[in-house]
Amino acid sequence: MNAIEFRQVTLRLGGRDVLGDASLAVAAGEIIGVLGPNGAGKTTLMRAILGLVPAARGEIRVFGRPAARGNPAVGYMPQTRSTGANLRLRGRDFVAGVVNGHRPGLPFPGKAGRAEVDRVLDLVGAAALAGRPLAETSGGERQRLLLAQALVGRPRLLLLDEPLANLDPRFQGDVVALAAALRAELGITILFSAHELNPLLGAIDRVLYLGNGQAALGTVDEVITGPVLSRLYGAEIEVVRVRGRIFVMSGGQDMERDAHRHDHGGAHALLGASHDHA
Amino acid sequence: MLDYDFMRNAFAAAAIVAAVAGLVGYFLVLRGQTFAGHALAHVGFTGATGSVLIGISPLWGLVALTVTAGLGMGAIGERLVQRDVAIGIVLALALGLGLLFLHFYTAYAAQATALLFGNVLSVDAATVRALLWLGLVTVGLLAAISRPLLFASLQPELAEAKGVRLRLYSGLFLGIVGLAVAECVQIVGVLLVFALMVGPAATAQRLTTRVAGGLVLSPVLALAEAWAGIALAFYTDWPASFWITALSAGGYLAATISPAGRVR
Ligand SMILES: Nc1ncnc2c1ncn2[C@@H]1O[C@H](COP(=O)(O)OP(=O)(O)OP(=O)(O)O)[C@@H](O)[C@H]1O
Ligand SMILES: [Mg+2]
Repeated sequence: MNAIEFRQVTLRLGGRDVLGDASLAVAAGEIIGVLGPNGAGKTTLMRAILGLVPAARGEIRVFGRPAARGNPAVGYMPQTRSTGANLRLRGRDFVAGVVNGHRPGLPFPGKAGRAEVDRVLDLVGAAALAGRPLAETSGGERQRLLLAQALVGRPRLLLLDEPLANLDPRFQGDVVALAAALRAELGITILFSAHELNPLLGAIDRVLYLGNGQAALGTVDEVITGPVLSRLYGAEIEVVRVRGRIFVMSGGQDMERDAHRHDHGGAHALLGASHDHA
Repeated sequence: MLDYDFMRNAFAAAAIVAAVAGLVGYFLVLRGQTFAGHALAHVGFTGATGSVLIGISPLWGLVALTVTAGLGMGAIGERLVQRDVAIGIVLALALGLGLLFLHFYTAYAAQATALLFGNVLSVDAATVRALLWLGLVTVGLLAAISRPLLFASLQPELAEAKGVRLRLYSGLFLGIVGLAVAECVQIVGVLLVFALMVGPAATAQRLTTRVAGGLVLSPVLALAEAWAGIALAFYTDWPASFWITALSAGGYLAATISPAGRVR
């Protein structure tokens, strides 16, 4: 069964089409890298799968059923990372707040709830830091806790919105490996959005590239090509491969890097623009 | 000091209100909505003075207006409620209106002071009974929604995805805050609601990093501060509200600077 299916879906926000007439299918058990420049619609796509953004036209199906809020089969790690950042609440309780969180009642997890918290903390390797108050954790550590929250309730589909943001290369590698391990262990489907393709290369099955209101889903070799990306960026794009790494270039600039490094300014030399994240 | 009826009433009323304020305040501080609580108290002033004008008991005028305003703020939406400017304007208008109502009812200058700063030593047995019922309703409602409320406070986007209706819980919670505020006003008055709602809860959140710990510690601190304040008022003849605010501020300060404030 397909985990996600878009049938001629148009997503509209504030009167503008973020995605126009897109059809695509993600098989259960796939890891998909979701890429595209700022404002391409990565977050909007995930929110649509969650049922938080209704399709203006077309139909979105999740495990065969129309996308709707409150689907326990879907876990979500939102892009907003500021939540709870200055609370003096320990990480464990931050994660425990998610257990059965949609049901009315008292905010104390029972025995089963505590076991679930232990399970997800172990899965993301956050058991040791879960005793510290959130205000005393780093951004990367908090990201692990957010991932743990997303795993509460054993979802079959995991939507991770830019889990690599703010992480140094080593932790980026850890999170990507973690996603791959979760898939191997739990057999879940993962949508993993990112601004850079290279850190994901070994772990993803296919890429979903968004841009210009369009979507292209396929293997890296099918999608990361000059013609496809030129269509998505609406500009002449060149794809350069260097020692197993891929650079998306426009007029000598590395597009993916520039998407989140506006402060650099000017054009980059090809190799000067990229650092190694082995 | 317990030989006096008014002292027994004061302790009973303070116990009820402290429990309510401590529990509701915990979530208020967690959600970063303390300013909204402050604004609701000011709206309550309008309600209380207005109800005196039309001849209803100030307690019910308070409850009616704070709960309505709380639900209204929730309905307008989370984003707007957290806007300081909007709240500040409502707050000033509420006090101004309250003043106007007082102007029409000049005989009640003493009552105005009691409303603004509280007068716990004048609480009668009937008010204690009313507070008890109100308190039970408030805590009952809070208990019923506390899990989704916590979820929505900690991780709103995930909560929304999991089917928690953010607007609904935000509105219900502010309605509950309205009830709690109306009760607090009986003890410390409109202007000093923070002393019971925010001080103990913020102190508790410095002293424990656990939800369960905070939900126990916050009302216990509120109770200790309220009772100690009343006892000190009895022996010094200074206003109880002063002592409660002093203890509330002192507790928070101590928790912030002491090494115990770093305890996990
Ligand atoms: N609430 C909203 N109302 C109107 N337009 C919106 C809203 N949220 C997002 N948009 C617009 O929709 C488009 C897609 O936004 P989205 O957040 O999905 O992009 P994204 O690919 O996640 O970008 P980023 O890489 O910056 O996270 C953007 O052009 C954005 O300006
Ligand atoms: Mg985004």
